[in-house]
Amino acid sequence: MARTIAMLSVHPSRGLVDEKFRVEVENLPPACPVTLHCLHRSEDQDHWEAFGHYCSDHSGTVKVSEDESFGGTYSGREHMGLLWSMRPVPGSRRGLRLRKTRVDFPMTLLISVYRGHLTAGFRELPPVASVVAERWYMAPGVKRIAVEERGVTGTFFIPPGPGPFPGVLDMWGGGGGLVEYRSALLASHGFASMALKYIDPGDTPTDMAMGYFETAFQIIQDHPQVTSDRVGILGLSFGTSVALTLAAYSQISRPRCCVGISGSHAYPINRPVAELFGEMGMNEKKMKRDEEDNVIMRNLILPIATDPAKKVDVGRIECPLLLVNGDDDQNWATTESAEDIANMMSVAGNKHLLTTLTYPKAGHLIEPPFTPHIRASNFIVQHSKEKVIMLWGGEPKAHAVAQEDSWKRILNFLKEHLCIEPTLAPQAKL
Amino acid sequence: MAVQGPMLWLSVHPCRGLVDEKIKVLVQHAAPVQRLTVHTLFRSEDGDDWEAFGHYVSDSAGAVDVSEDVCLGGTYSGHEPMGLLWSLRPVPGSRPSLRFRKKDTGTPMLVTISLHQGFLSDSFTERLPLASRVVERWYMAPGVRRVELTEGGVTGTLFLPPGPGQFPAVLDLPGGGRSLPEARAVLLASHGFVTLALNYLNPRRTAGGEYHVGNDYFQTAFSVLQTHPQVIRERIAIVGLSFGASMALGLSVYSPTIKPSCLVSISGSHVQPAGGSLGDIFAEFKKNEKNTRYDEEKRVIWHDLLLPIPSNPSKKVDVGQLCCPLLLIVGEDDQNWPAEESASDMKEMMEMSGNGHLLTVLSYPDTGHLIEPPYSPHCRSSNFINAESREKYPPR
Repeated sequence: MARTIAMLSVHPSRGLVDEKFRVEVENLPPACPVTLHCLHRSEDQDHWEAFGHYCSDHSGTVKVSEDESFGGTYSGREHMGLLWSMRPVPGSRRGLRLRKTRVDFPMTLLISVYRGHLTAGFRELPPVASVVAERWYMAPGVKRIAVEERGVTGTFFIPPGPGPFPGVLDMWGGGGGLVEYRSALLASHGFASMALKYIDPGDTPTDMAMGYFETAFQIIQDHPQVTSDRVGILGLSFGTSVALTLAAYSQISRPRCCVGISGSHAYPINRPVAELFGEMGMNEKKMKRDEEDNVIMRNLILPIATDPAKKVDVGRIECPLLLVNGDDDQNWATTESAEDIANMMSVAGNKHLLTTLTYPKAGHLIEPPFTPHIRASNFIVQHSKEKVIMLWGGEPKAHAVAQEDSWKRILNFLKEHLCIEPTLAPQAKL
Repeated sequence: MAVQGPMLWLSVHPCRGLVDEKIKVLVQHAAPVQRLTVHTLFRSEDGDDWEAFGHYVSDSAGAVDVSEDVCLGGTYSGHEPMGLLWSLRPVPGSRPSLRFRKKDTGTPMLVTISLHQGFLSDSFTERLPLASRVVERWYMAPGVRRVELTEGGVTGTLFLPPGPGQFPAVLDLPGGGRSLPEARAVLLASHGFVTLALNYLNPRRTAGGEYHVGNDYFQTAFSVLQTHPQVIRERIAIVGLSFGASMALGLSVYSPTIKPSCLVSISGSHVQPAGGSLGDIFAEFKKNEKNTRYDEEKRVIWHDLLLPIPSNPSKKVDVGQLCCPLLLIVGEDDQNWPAEESASDMKEMMEMSGNGHLLTVLSYPDTGHLIEPPYSPHCRSSNFINAESREKYPPR
């Protein structure tokens, strides 16, 4: 008797993290209920999983990119649901966040198909078939260079080839450390990008101020493979405050364009960073806790200051500015800030430089696409060193939409202003 | 340094792919109607450099799309989306008669693709390109496992796809030559087949000191696959190249235990003592060595060693007795084996016997003997070591 063998495939089996893949099952019996499951073991040895419930069609085929998931960690027609809906497996430690440390190795995913609609017990049951997919932050040929120069610590990622390339100064937020993966991905798209370390979770430099960031920007400009007048700044969270400060006030650093993700014009870097964090700490009474004891920090900067000394004078900015926010951001009051920024720029007459993208029900941590949404995670509060679980906000599906759409827009924005027409300003879009 | 206007953009997609997948090379924001050369460079595991290049003219928007545009010259020409890979050849000054082969199939080929101004034909490494990218070309998909096999006296390399199985399987019989080419086997595993690349020309010697393995060696190999817990025993195919193809044909007809689901014979021949062994095939070659010819560069042509196709049934495999589908792949310019003549004869035999419906012949004009996985460079001639005599060709 002929026996059909179910065939599971993922294509491409190796891709960059911001590329889509197609997961398909063939040779199932028709109308066969199956579960597509994705498993990942993180560098911290935690297990993350996602799954969707499908039914094969008359030819015994399931195509995740086209078919509806009837349930699981995602539902509906979700091409990349097996990635963005991943969450720690039941029994995991609390407050996990999925972040890649070693960018020269891929994320490895085990994608399996099981008979029936399962919601648990994936480890104990044998799948019908499994395949492995690799997701890379770094394209082949990208060079990774540790930077420890003029007092600045960071990692430079240079695309392959002679260059010269446009440059990006890439900064994350108050969580600190040296986070490389976004810069590695930017270099894979042709930008010489430096991930900058400016806070060490264990040890805050006391006198680091705007000069540190100007030096970092200069290091990028001075690199022989960078076109010095085509350097932009990308910041997330506190990194946005840095970006806006440099764009508005620096006489030395003249970014070609700026991207601020989930940030604000509050806390201009007109004093040492440590002092600013200290001040945040003094406003502790403005921090709230939700019913799970997660910390909500968004009220810290509310109401938006009217005193100009307490916010970046964005009216002075002379380069295109892209703001990317989620309207369910529970960490910073980014939508209120964006509104105030728009008003200030309107008054100053430079609003044509501003583009604001506000994503409904997206949270604070708007990362490159297809990475899991993190609603809350472990965090060490800078000034007190207290370990809390910080609420970032957002809902998985809406947040996934924000990540996918915003990343495309950020790349286009950087390409437009650093590669194509550096002298033209975009039309304002809201 | 102030740079005006849009920056030149070279992109290659995908940057990591299997060797049988296509790539798309795009140039954007070059000057309009600009002469450009796209160049590929690959350094082999032996330290030899291989290169290919194509001449293009950008359109009015300054774009070149290698998949769509016409190449005006270089190592290939015309509309050739994959010319930059299949036309790779040793750079001038290389050792003669190199053959393209990946030994470590667990690591990728790294190919550098560069863009140069103007129509260049040499000295690429002495000039600074306008842009470069690196692509990885993999034989092995993620999750494929490689196991060196020694079982029941049989040696070879087993490749297992990821997952619990069970899987259909392939017994891969490579051609003659010193090292064991695993490329096809690992690629088949990347497509979901458990594959055993069998080492049958350089096995470990037995206590008896016999050089060529007997048919029982192949029977054991087939049985190793049948009894493997991850293999569906009724779904095993045999794929053979050259010598391997000849063995595959003979065994499928005469072996009492080898019953493949289907057969693929690449550049093979059915001309051999019917029911004979590998040693018999070698003996047959030796008998006809006087038919060896040489071309104008003293390169060896073994094409005539098995000709003429005999009419005596004892001198060829009775393919009329085949019970499974057979795919014959033939290069019409094969100078090593008479694959085309053999294919015609096999077709006639099968039609007369009534099993012609099992046969499919793919015959390619101007194609040689070494029909390898796609987008590999073509080798018109190469160094070769006779497995039996250890004689090197061409003679030094």
